[in-house]
Amino acid sequence: MNVIYIMWLRQFKRYIRSRSRIVGALGQPLLYLLALGYGFGQVYAQAGKGNYIQFLAPGIIAMSVLFTSMFNGIEMIWDRQFGFLKETMVAPVPRFSIMLGRVLGGATVATIQGLIVFVLSFAVGFRLHLANPVAYSFLAVVCMFLISMLFTTLGTAIASAITDFQGFQLIMGFVVMPTYFLSGAIFPLANLPIAMKIVTRIDPLTYGVDGLRGSLIHANQFHLGLDIGILTVLTLLLLAIASYLFSKIQI
Amino acid sequence: MINVENLTKKFGDFTAVQNVSFSVKKGEIFAFLGPNGAGKSTTIKMLTTVLQPTSGQIQLDGKDPVKQQDDARKSFGIVFQDPSLDDELTAYENMYFHGVLYQVPKKELSAKIEQLMTFVDLWDRKDSLIKEFSGGMKRRLEIARGLLHHPKILFLDEPTIGLDPQTRNHLWSYIQNLNKTEGLTVFMTTHYMEEAERIANRIAIIDHGKIIAQGTAQELKQQTGTENLEDAFLKLTGSSIREEQASGLDHMRAFMQRRKGGR
Repeated sequence: MNVIYIMWLRQFKRYIRSRSRIVGALGQPLLYLLALGYGFGQVYAQAGKGNYIQFLAPGIIAMSVLFTSMFNGIEMIWDRQFGFLKETMVAPVPRFSIMLGRVLGGATVATIQGLIVFVLSFAVGFRLHLANPVAYSFLAVVCMFLISMLFTTLGTAIASAITDFQGFQLIMGFVVMPTYFLSGAIFPLANLPIAMKIVTRIDPLTYGVDGLRGSLIHANQFHLGLDIGILTVLTLLLLAIASYLFSKIQI
Repeated sequence: MINVENLTKKFGDFTAVQNVSFSVKKGEIFAFLGPNGAGKSTTIKMLTTVLQPTSGQIQLDGKDPVKQQDDARKSFGIVFQDPSLDDELTAYENMYFHGVLYQVPKKELSAKIEQLMTFVDLWDRKDSLIKEFSGGMKRRLEIARGLLHHPKILFLDEPTIGLDPQTRNHLWSYIQNLNKTEGLTVFMTTHYMEEAERIANRIAIIDHGKIIAQGTAQELKQQTGTENLEDAFLKLTGSSIREEQASGLDHMRAFMQRRKGGR
């Protein structure tokens, strides 16, 4: 328990100390909100879909959670190269608790990042038109945390298997960006061509975005319970895989 | 305390460690010497559960580091050859985190940290981030951290590299004291032959992945007909300079350089 907490604390402290990282990670979502939001806003409204910012904001929250949590997971490559990973690899405690602490820490950080984008989205015109905004905002935070857990675990699993930075660009290009673009974060999932429909249904982030949209604008494609269920089951599955790969790490 | 039989590690075609066998008794200080790239660190990595041997048997305090990793890890502590501190944390936090990971009782922990950080002369810098530290300071902190918990076996992989003679002396007398009072078994590597000669009860010399001589400093000198251990070492291993494979950190520096250059 202590070990999980101390690894969580380490991830958290590293985050609050790197202000440049916090601010830097906010630029991108803000740019997307402004450029896409105002750029496509007119077209979206003319198509009879209403306010695009309302639709887009949950997607951009999911995006920043995805980017931050994947990065937090993959950041382990840095620890490997700078040596801190060794220190934890020889500690006389189960490697699973070390990994779980790391993942929980990374997921906490990503959730906070998502919360900040949530607050920022009000500045570009996002509004909650809900009967019970507090309860649904809380539900949205639950969704953010589940997305964070899922992708921090995925990042950790990948970082356990690769040893250098060469793989990093590959993962950004072939895992992170497709996951984002094919999740319905920036376009509606209704009436897609069949191939796209299948791909979006496979993308785990789809259910995260849908969960966020369900909580924040009550416009979900699936049942909210299904979204949360799928995210939870996938996270548990990935935790098992990551735990195995993490236990096999050699220095 | 440590038993190694026919230990071999191959990386593809390259054999880093070949049929190495030795044993270290409880309470002994054992020096493992060899030129760069001889296989010292690879052997230590296999002993400390972070690298899988290709073949051979290891026992640490009766436990197998390959099959009983968690149990084996409980029996040793290690000061690594290359840095393993967290740059974004303060010196104190690095010590404290280690204490928690290595399950030092909470009551003793803060007193212990203060004692050891004073010992390496870093107590007044306890709240500085590691990234502000010089190489020597980092080294001293790593050593203090390695001594925070008292395992049965302590691995020291070139612990004194980059340290001034004062700190080196200080460190070895501390280790010798622990060895006497607590029966700590020490497995060390070093490039300073006079250190090994002075501290170690027994010495093994490894070259090109094979152990080429074993015994007390006295026996090695007699065997080679030399006056001191350095001469004995040179006579056994020859005087050509060895190439070492690039480490992960070197790869990363090259990567960063390329990225900077690209922009």
